[in-house]
Amino acid sequence: MPDTIKLEIISPSGLVYQDDVRHVQAPGEMGYFGVLNGHTPMISALDVGRITADRDGGRDLFATSGGVAEVHADSVIILAETAERRSQIDVDRAEAAKQRAEQRLHSHDPTVDFERASTALMRAFNRIRVARGV
Amino acid sequence: MPSLKQIKRRIGSVNNTKQITRAMKMVSAAKLRRAQDSMMAARPYSDRLRALIRDLAARTDRGLHPLLAEREPRRVCVVVVTSDRGLAGSFNLNINRRAHKVVREMERQAEEVKLIAIGRKGYDYFRKRGYEFIQHHIGLSRDFTFSNVLSIGEAIRNRYVETHDEDTGLDRVYLIYNEFKNVVTQEVITEQLFPIVPELKTEEQYPVDYVYEPSEPQVLDSILPRYANVMLWHVLLESFAAEHAARMNAMENATNNAADLIESLTLQYNKARQAAITKEILEVVAGAEGLE
Repeated sequence: MPDTIKLEIISPSGLVYQDDVRHVQAPGEMGYFGVLNGHTPMISALDVGRITADRDGGRDLFATSGGVAEVHADSVIILAETAERRSQIDVDRAEAAKQRAEQRLHSHDPTVDFERASTALMRAFNRIRVARGV
Repeated sequence: MPSLKQIKRRIGSVNNTKQITRAMKMVSAAKLRRAQDSMMAARPYSDRLRALIRDLAARTDRGLHPLLAEREPRRVCVVVVTSDRGLAGSFNLNINRRAHKVVREMERQAEEVKLIAIGRKGYDYFRKRGYEFIQHHIGLSRDFTFSNVLSIGEAIRNRYVETHDEDTGLDRVYLIYNEFKNVVTQEVITEQLFPIVPELKTEEQYPVDYVYEPSEPQVLDSILPRYANVMLWHVLLESFAAEHAARMNAMENATNNAADLIESLTLQYNKARQAAITKEILEVVAGAEGLE
């Protein structure tokens, strides 16, 4: 049995990533889960978080704002609403988005959509974390 | 007959216009290509989501999910998708006329018809005719990205889902937009956005028995809004592509018309010049004759 698994990350702007990897880790709604070759077929909703792909030559990291993962025995397809490779994350923009969201949450303006602001904060925070590799 | 100088000035100004229309045509061609590329790129994502929804909708009770449940269409919302800018031939006029007709028809059937505008031209058209909008999204064409479309999708969905118990709620949401058929034709399409209608095909797309994490309804919960987002993204890309195809054609025609006009003005200029020369010769000859 081969010990790699085919990983595809697809977003609405196209194919983000495609490679044979040893191990995939993705942010499920109930917490992070790992996938190796031979996994039971599974469909999992994904939360905001980090996708990790371990290849022979190294590790690729992505920040995602959620989506769904289709797991088969020999392949994983991640349909991510957004997926940004670690090296392509614009930290300054994420910082700005984080500050904006924090400001909105701290203001006592009744027109602020609390839920929207807090998901925006979560996304921005996630991108910063992935970019910094914490 | 206008003087030589006047004709020459006119030729110059028509020529300037022609250069502008030609440049606009080229810009539109580039934007059209970009929109077409994005449409192609979004296809794998939306196809897979659609297949998943089809699979899940067959397994779960559709009536339980707010984005799938059919309600009696008492309060209907029409989302009019136009461009922000004009100079695109009959692009916006076609949409607005059709939307107006649809709205009037719906007003007869439903208790309430509400409007959402995406694009300035539709907003202006209906505002001028005394309609009110519950939302308007203008300026998207300046920064046409998926994340901007996401926030529009979210705003429409919140309006549909979160307030469906109150008087302000909506039972059905339609999109009216221009579909990009090919470079020369656009077609006005009316499509239902909410509730989402899963295409239930009989062909076995997913023969595998999956484990759903955390659960089937929760996976559906996560997929449906994303599907609506990508559907809206697709519709807006169609409209964006159609807009630029329409503008490209309009500018192509304008460029050709300018070329025709320049040709006839040049002819007129040459005739006038020739007439002036002939007149001068006649005067010289007449003068010479007078000396004899």
